This record gives sequence, C-alpha cells and structure tokens, in this order.
Amino acid sequence: MSDIADKVKKIVVEHLGVDEDKVTENASFIDDLGADSLDTVELVMAFEEEFGIEIPDDAAEKIQTVKDAIDFISANS
Amino acid sequence: MRRVVVTGLGMVSPLANGVDETWSRLIEGQSGAGQITQFDASDYPCRIACEVPLGDGSNGTFNADDWMAPKDQRRVDTFIVFGMAAAMQAIRDAGWEEPGEEELLRTGVMIGAGIGGLKWISESSILLHERGHRRISPHFIAGSIINLVSGNVSIKYGFKGPNHAAVTACSTGAHSIGDAARLIMLDDADVMVAGGAEASICAIGMAGFAQAKALSTKYNDTPEAASRPWDKGHDGFVMGEGAGIVVLEELEHAKKRGAKIYAEIVGYGMSGDGYHVTAPAPDGNGGYRSMQAALKRAGLNPEDLDYINAHGTSTPVGDPIEFGAVKRLLGDAASKVAMSSTKSSIGHLLGAAGAVEAIFCIKSIETGVIAPTLNLHERAEGCDGIDLVPLVAQERKVKAALSNSFGFGGTNASLVVREYNGD
Repeated sequence: MSDIADKVKKIVVEHLGVDEDKVTENASFIDDLGADSLDTVELVMAFEEEFGIEIPDDAAEKIQTVKDAIDFISANS
Repeated sequence: MRRVVVTGLGMVSPLANGVDETWSRLIEGQSGAGQITQFDASDYPCRIACEVPLGDGSNGTFNADDWMAPKDQRRVDTFIVFGMAAAMQAIRDAGWEEPGEEELLRTGVMIGAGIGGLKWISESSILLHERGHRRISPHFIAGSIINLVSGNVSIKYGFKGPNHAAVTACSTGAHSIGDAARLIMLDDADVMVAGGAEASICAIGMAGFAQAKALSTKYNDTPEAASRPWDKGHDGFVMGEGAGIVVLEELEHAKKRGAKIYAEIVGYGMSGDGYHVTAPAPDGNGGYRSMQAALKRAGLNPEDLDYINAHGTSTPVGDPIEFGAVKRLLGDAASKVAMSSTKSSIGHLLGAAGAVEAIFCIKSIETGVIAPTLNLHERAEGCDGIDLVPLVAQERKVKAALSNSFGFGGTNASLVVREYNGD
C-alpha cells in the first residue's frame, strides 16, 4: 500500500511539476494541483505504465484525487 | 498607411542562443555545422547538420529549462521550445512583457514553421504502431501543430490580438514578418510578435530531404566546409534548426513609449513560381518578381540597396538561379551592392530562416557590418559580378537591406528593411 502511494505521489510530482508536500492523499488533481483535462489523461497513462495495469476510460474519469488513484491501483494490481 | 518598425529581437541559432551572441560569432566567421548528435545518422547520405548548441545556458549555449518548465517542455515538440525562447527574448528586448489590458487586445502573434513537430509526429507514429492508440500523449496534437508557437506565446503573455501562423516552407519566416507588418499597417494590431521556428533534424526529416536530393553529401568528414553558397564545390544544403522572432510595432506607438527602434519594415514582396514542387523555375523570374515587388512597396530603387541577405542555400540548382535574378534586378547597381548567404554559417533553418536572416539584415543596419559567405573560394559558373562577401565580414554602412526566402512549392518572399533615422 505505502509503496503504491509513494509511487503515485512521485508520478504526480513529476507530471504536474508541483511540490511534494502539496500532494496529499485528499488533493484533487484539478482543483488543488493545477491539472487540466489533458494532464489527467497523461497521469492515468503514467499510472498504467508504472503499475502495468489498464485503467478503462469510465474508471479513469472517477480518479479525481491522489487517494482515488491509490485505491484503484491497489484494488487492480 | 501606418508605418511599422522593429523594436525587439530574439533568436536561437546553431551558433548560439541569443541575437548578440549569434551575431558576434557570425561576423567572426564561425560555423555551426557538425556531426549530427540527435540520432544515429551513420548510414545516412548526409550525416551533418547545424544543431543548436545545448548546455547550461552559459557561453551562448541553449538551456531549455531557462525558458520553459521541464513539465511543459515534455508537452511540446522542440520547435515550440525554440520558438518560445526566441519570442521571450524579443518581447523582453522590446520591453513589452507586461503591457496594459487595452494594449494586450492590440498585440498579436504570427510565428510559423515550415514543418512543425515532425520529430514528435514520427515518434508517436512508432508508438502507435508498437503499443496502440492508448499510449499517444494527450498533448501530442497541441504540441506538434505549427500554430502552437503563436498559441503558447499568446497564452503566456495574454496577447489577445490576431493569432496566426504562416506555413510556407522555407519562406515561412519572411512571410510571417511581412504579413504581420501588414496587419499593423491595416490597423488590426499595434504590436505583432512575428517570425519562425524549426527543429527538423530528426531521422525522418533528414531521410526525406536526402531522398529529395536537397542535402549536401560530400562533406560528411568536414562539416564546416559543407555549406558553400555560390562556390564551385556546393552540393546541397546543410540542415539547421532554431528560431528567429521580432517584435513589430506601429511607428507612432513605438515613439510614444520611447521604444528602441532597430529598423523599419518598408518593403514586402511575394510571388509564386508556378513551376515545380522542389526546384526553382530556371529563369529565376519568381524570385525576381518577389524582390521587385518588395522594392516597389518600399519606394526604393535597386541602387538604394546596400546589402542583400540571399536565400543562398548552397545547392547547385538554386544558387545560380537566385544570383541571376538578383543581377537582373540590380542592373547597373550590381557593382555597389553586397550580397551574402548566412546559411554558409548556420545552415538552412527552413521555416525560421527568413526571420533569422531578416534579423541579420537589421544587425547589419545597426552595426555597419555585413556577415560573410563562408567557404566561397571559387565562384560557380554564372555567379560573377556581385560582391558576395567571401570568407570575412565587411564593414559597410547599410541603410537598406533586402532578404530573400524561397520555399518548396515555388513560394517566394522578399523583405526590405531600412534604417530608421527619426523621420
């Protein structure tokens, strides 16, 4: 779990160019971390690459926060 | 008609990042050519190019991080990074980084490219083929298309005037400056950020131009000798990359805010060859008419010109055709005008070439120095009767200069810039 959380946070920091301490579990990609719709697609692609999973479009739409991502990946990897 | 002057300059070139750094190396006779480092070109017929020197930003090197955050760089092709850097330099030089709200509405952008995001398009095609559509970046389209230098500049500064981009192969930079100047003349804007950007030194770009038999292939072991316009040994162009951007401004607007005025854009001419996709028409009439139209618009006679920055790509077909057209244009004035090709130093920047070369004309007006034609030792047949500034720069008062750009498709553009003396 913590391993997944660390990797997710690292990806978010890299892709959105935000400070690590802003990437809390409840942070929303769009509302809190300055992402736009293209950024969220890119993030989902990065999660798929890192964890070797496929995130279908309907599931991807529900991944709005760091915690959403960690939960989905934990349940599907 | 409203008059248009140049109040800001920006450049990323194979000699250096920055206008002054590039200019000082250019007039010293330095070459930007070397072995291609961006991909393995070892089995290509042309293995050399003029690449932008990358580094930490010191000593004229280009450091992309100085101009764009790393996360933003990943979302655009390199031509956009070069274009953004040159635009930021020009806007800073003009002192136009933070105009007022009303001024933002009257400031536009017209920065084009000849090819655009070729490298990223090529890489994405491979990715699509190997791993499927879900691996294509959501930024791919907006990071590859040509008008996205204009788009990104406008977004960064909030410029809300005309947002446009010319795509006319190797005439793009000249068309961009000429058309942007016209937008100011016609009162569509007071300030335009205009020019061209290009970054096509990639496998598919070099393969395509090589197959078109346009590139130099005889000088792979002596890259600095490869670009030799009008010299007997010329055998094709050397690819370059980079960006040239100017800030154009309505004269009274510039005077009112006390801006530094580099020169006035007085002439702009265009023509089509109507002949062939890659080869210029043998009679040179297209280039001739383009230059003639630019002079007419400027209200100048051939003898009023002091300097011509030629298209001069170093191809055996193109060099004598342009030379003949210039000679025909100048007539008796041929003996008093100097012409050089700065592509001998920086290679051919395709869609950025016309803008970079217009800036060199402006620097000649500003400094009284004309950049040389490197590697011109023995003139090719039919290239006699004009001073081609061989090998070393010349000191010469330049009041008016003409810059030629000719592109695939038979598209020709000529710009005339003149010193601004306060009249």
